[in-house]
Amino acid sequence: MGHDHDHDHDHDHDHGHDHGGSELSEMDLRVRALESLLVEKGYVDPAAMDLLIENYETRVGPHNGARVVAKAWADARYREWLLADATAAIASLGYTGRQGEHMVALPNSARVHNMVVCTLCSCYPWPVLGLPPVWYKSAPYRARAVIDPRGVLADFGVRLPDDVEVRVWDSTAEIRYLVLPAQPPGTDGWSEERLATLVTRDSMIGTGLARTPEPRTTASP
Amino acid sequence: MNGVHDMGGMQDFGAVTPEADEPWFHHAWERRAFALTLAMGATGAWNLDQARSARESLPPARYLASTYYEIWFGGMEVLLRERGLVNAAEIAAGRMQEPARPIPRRLDAGNVASALALGASTRRTIPGAPQFAPGDAVRTMNVNPPTHTRLPRYCRGKPGTIVAMHGAHVYPDVNSTGRDEAPQWLYTVRFAARDLWGPHTSADAVHVDCFEPYLEAR
Repeated sequence: MGHDHDHDHDHDHDHGHDHGGSELSEMDLRVRALESLLVEKGYVDPAAMDLLIENYETRVGPHNGARVVAKAWADARYREWLLADATAAIASLGYTGRQGEHMVALPNSARVHNMVVCTLCSCYPWPVLGLPPVWYKSAPYRARAVIDPRGVLADFGVRLPDDVEVRVWDSTAEIRYLVLPAQPPGTDGWSEERLATLVTRDSMIGTGLARTPEPRTTASP
Repeated sequence: MNGVHDMGGMQDFGAVTPEADEPWFHHAWERRAFALTLAMGATGAWNLDQARSARESLPPARYLASTYYEIWFGGMEVLLRERGLVNAAEIAAGRMQEPARPIPRRLDAGNVASALALGASTRRTIPGAPQFAPGDAVRTMNVNPPTHTRLPRYCRGKPGTIVAMHGAHVYPDVNSTGRDEAPQWLYTVRFAARDLWGPHTSADAVHVDCFEPYLEAR
């Protein structure tokens, strides 16, 4: 690897000409080398790194956001609070911190569909959705969401009626957006736990809708 | 900076391709690169806007050909070297050859939980009153700064309407230079999609969070 000349962009060569399996192992080596260097210099604590990874692999994820949405569906006062002050309403369920410091909730309905993007990088509400999926960070999504959101929805297999107003939100500052999907019909009176099973990650970004429950095949007495 | 990172409205990148049951990380090195980025960010050796600026200043062809964690890692290498925290020979060898330089703080394992719960608010208190209020008609500035900005190209020089005011926040255009947080009033501005794109859009409205210096009254 040509890393011994002093130029900020020397890794360019490694990337431009080395696609395929070897690129992955090269990244593995580079990251390991830098980690051991930064640990040796005392800049980072490897045990802190382990905890950061554990947090985002096991504790944070769309199940957090699903709980927020389910509560807003089940509890009209919580919904009102969420729409008025999402940061506080979400914090009341224990979801706070990095990339969720300033939250806004966007309610979807039969009339309005909101979709969230970050065209400049990949800003995403980590405390409620976890780390973003690759497609959210990808050029196709970042490029197209703001100009052709219905085309993006088609990539997700979603078609909205023509009279639905499509509103896109580009996360250009430190405000993070959580879409509150429309509650599926036939779910009134469901418990929050059961409602949460209908809430998908994509429905909280606005590239999907909440799941519609299967009609019950057995009649209740 | 009019970089390739500023992708809003570009065409011909192809379809969005969601992955079923996507894992949080696709390779072991992505876990470590992610955690290294967060741990180094927590040292205060650079701020969030300097990190974003470093990532989007990678050579354009490299940026477009890289995965997102490759971009994070590449940006971090630049930041480390610019500050003399590591040098190129050390990166190549993976071993220390010069003594460590002082950093403002270090994120130790015992502080991770509290740091994660707290986050890093960008809200600040500034004197004076905001120039605009919800409902106001504004126009974004027609500007092309060669430095970091969070005003995307697609919404410069465009008419819009203020729909929300979020108080004062750290201003990335100045904070990215490391000189000053220079907080500014922050608004959400609603643009009619046709004012941005003409007839070639399937959106009805696009909302962009705009700092006050990005806006003028109309």
